[in-house]
Amino acid sequence: MSYLYYPGCSAKSTGKAYEESLLAVFSALQIPTIEIEDWNCCGATAYMSISELKAFALCARNFALAERQSKGTTMIDLIVPCAACYLGLKKALLYLREYPEIRTKVDESLHSAGLKYTGHIRIRHPLDILVNDVGLKKIASLVTHPLDGFRVACYYGCQVIRPYADFDDQHEPSTMDKIVESLGAEVIDWPIKTRCCGGSLTGTVQEYGLRLSYNLLKEAKKRGCNVIATSCSLCQFNLECYQRQMKRRFKDKVNVPVAFFTQLMGMAFGIPSRQLGLHRLLVPLQQPSKTKADVGGHHVYN
Amino acid sequence: MEKWKGWPKLQFESELDPNFARQIASIPGGDKLYDCIQCGTCSGMCPLSPCMDYTPRQIVAMIRAGFRKEVLSSSTTWLCSSCYSCTVECPKEIRLTDIMYAAKRLAIREGVYPKKFPIPVLANEFFKAVERSGRNTESWLTVRLFLKTNPIQLFKMMSLGLRLWLRGRLSPKRESIKNKAELHSILKTLEKEYMVKPKRQLGLAGKETP
Repeated sequence: MSYLYYPGCSAKSTGKAYEESLLAVFSALQIPTIEIEDWNCCGATAYMSISELKAFALCARNFALAERQSKGTTMIDLIVPCAACYLGLKKALLYLREYPEIRTKVDESLHSAGLKYTGHIRIRHPLDILVNDVGLKKIASLVTHPLDGFRVACYYGCQVIRPYADFDDQHEPSTMDKIVESLGAEVIDWPIKTRCCGGSLTGTVQEYGLRLSYNLLKEAKKRGCNVIATSCSLCQFNLECYQRQMKRRFKDKVNVPVAFFTQLMGMAFGIPSRQLGLHRLLVPLQQPSKTKADVGGHHVYN
Repeated sequence: MEKWKGWPKLQFESELDPNFARQIASIPGGDKLYDCIQCGTCSGMCPLSPCMDYTPRQIVAMIRAGFRKEVLSSSTTWLCSSCYSCTVECPKEIRLTDIMYAAKRLAIREGVYPKKFPIPVLANEFFKAVERSGRNTESWLTVRLFLKTNPIQLFKMMSLGLRLWLRGRLSPKRESIKNKAELHSILKTLEKEYMVKPKRQLGLAGKETP
């Protein structure tokens, strides 16, 4: 089974490590991925706040390109790792299916550019594919360097599981926990794993945005985690890159490495760190020493 | 944290805009707006409601009552970071995030969004960048945002930018798609569709603007 792959804009800049590690892990699992040719931006949240119809049309162009690229396939599975893209594309797909008046307008606009969209497409997040298509058994069988000593806080963020995702629970998601556990790491209990990190607010109204990210980090640290795993490039950026600003603003040193869950998978599979983009992290991710993990933190509700 | 500004100013019914609720409710799934029972679950779930001038629950009540000017120029709609907590938790299945988007779009079209706020500026810059080249380049977007809103911030973020650049996570290269003509023709058709009646029925207090 092969998948089409939609990287999204941030996978080409701040979230480069996500793309690198994702593709490395998928090739280790022998899952072929093909990037959509000439894909365009999904519109994200900003486009939606100016013109909804145009945001849907942007997504529809991607769908049409995907269909053109894989001629004859009855159902195309599109891998979308970025949370905002996942939500945007999924929403567009749903609205195009449910509201004919939107569909006709978008179809007209696509037609003017010689494109056509029929609707044989599914939007899939890597978490969904890894748990439901690949299976945890296969992931566990590939682990050569178990992540002993890692106490991981799995951060799902908002838009991967809310509101349209169908592969996981919206209140208490567990797919990433299961994957990380199968790598030999310990997953800490961290109930705010779907709380908002602030999104683009950290860049616009830092006063509010930083506080949201800081709350997450502080709680994770209190519960004794030594690495946070994320599935979204903006969440990773917010939680990791603003740690110096947080130290200045809240007079508290939070020094927690924040990695993509695919990077952790790659580490457990024994893929060289350069291929996983581990050198791109601002807070270096290292093998935690055994004693430190034993001393650090305590379970609160377990 | 911003100080709570209190309840919206008391107004006579004739000063309110009876069309406002209908306009917001015209979005897909928007008619659920009338089902709201004012339980406040949305405000409780919202991670940002302490920072907003009106909470999401108040915004729904104000939309239904017709407080057009207050809603469109409030910080609430723009602070909404689209985390969809309210949408998922609402017992009446009101899509609050979409309602916030509808209010944002109206505010942009009428030009009544809070001017000092960087969030609408970011949205506008993002919109323009994607319309031009089909993709968004994070480095240039940030630079343009800070130049337009708070140039001092640009200097403050310099060291972070440098650290990111050293790790290959930020580059000045502009991302772009190859077939721009295709994208432009798609967006142009929708421009005609969407801009049919720009300001005609959008006047304040139900009065039509000329």
